[in-house]
Amino acid sequence: MNLFRSFFRSPSAPSARERLQVLLAHERASFGDSDLVNKLRDEILAVIAKHIQVDGDKVSVKMERGAQVSTLAVDIEIPFETTKKAA
Amino acid sequence: MGKVIVVTSGKGGVGKTTSSAALGAALAQNGDKVVVVDFDVGLRNLDLIMGAERRVVYDLVNVIQGEAKLTQALIRDKRLETLYLLPASQTRDKDNLTSEGVEMVISALKKAFDWVICDSPAGIERGATLAMRHADIAIVVTNPEVSSVRDSDRIIGLLDSKTLKAESGERMEKHLLLTRYDPVRAQRGDMLKVDDVLEILSIPLLGIIPESMDVLRASNLGSPITLADGKSVPAMAYFDAARRLKGETLPVTVPGEKRGFFGKIFGRKAA
Repeated sequence: MNLFRSFFRSPSAPSARERLQVLLAHERASFGDSDLVNKLRDEILAVIAKHIQVDGDKVSVKMERGAQVSTLAVDIEIPFETTKKAA
Repeated sequence: MGKVIVVTSGKGGVGKTTSSAALGAALAQNGDKVVVVDFDVGLRNLDLIMGAERRVVYDLVNVIQGEAKLTQALIRDKRLETLYLLPASQTRDKDNLTSEGVEMVISALKKAFDWVICDSPAGIERGATLAMRHADIAIVVTNPEVSSVRDSDRIIGLLDSKTLKAESGERMEKHLLLTRYDPVRAQRGDMLKVDDVLEILSIPLLGIIPESMDVLRASNLGSPITLADGKSVPAMAYFDAARRLKGETLPVTVPGEKRGFFGKIFGRKAA
């Protein structure tokens, strides 16, 4: 059974290599706090906090770091009354 | 003036102490005067790996605090006349290491020895940064495994920014020592390849040490592998690494890879 499983299982080394390459590319870039994605996240949140009171539980920030493209998704629930007060 | 080597890795358990002892012994077996300094204050182990644990009287912290002379703290190896050990303190913590104190000890050792090998603790805190601070050469010990490679990358960044060499605008000489290499896993495709690690870290390869029972046996015996079993595969790899440190150019053998006909006959002698 074990032999059978290991025969059909694909090697894991290539995936280790790819994950490391992407991760380290980002970690090297972020040395000295110059990571663009991190910066954008912080600044976007700061801008929003200026206008409405941001509830920590209602903010979801998702980051996906890729080799070529990274995505940043900021999802914020804006309650009706809060917007009124701020405006 | 001797050369100062730091053996470092970031991650723990990758083989820094084993490698420090083995390389130190290999260089000393060649006739060079070598001292291996344990920087792991609080968790010393180099004394145990080198079989000198019952002979420790004074340590690095005692010397730094002026409680003992350097010559009193140095322990000479029983088997090799030119191999010395400077143990770390077991009872005090890393805050007892001062930058000035370490500088004083290293510069005194440099005058008396051909090689000063600093065995760094794991992590990137005080002990580790002080161990690398005065180095001329860095040996980055890495396992072919994702967390170890990531930590090594971080350490390489520190070597290029936080050392005296880096701060004075010089280039730190760095070498990769790939340890705990498992030929069986490599063949199955479940271990990072040597070329992958080299490409990711982009520093030259000093040697590949296979995961081996011989290394574990040597630690049990309290003897550097190059002394305990000089004909074993890991010992030969350490001897080669020591020769490369001295500037020789030798081909690197990947453990488990098939040797050719001549390799089989001459492999041991040539390697």
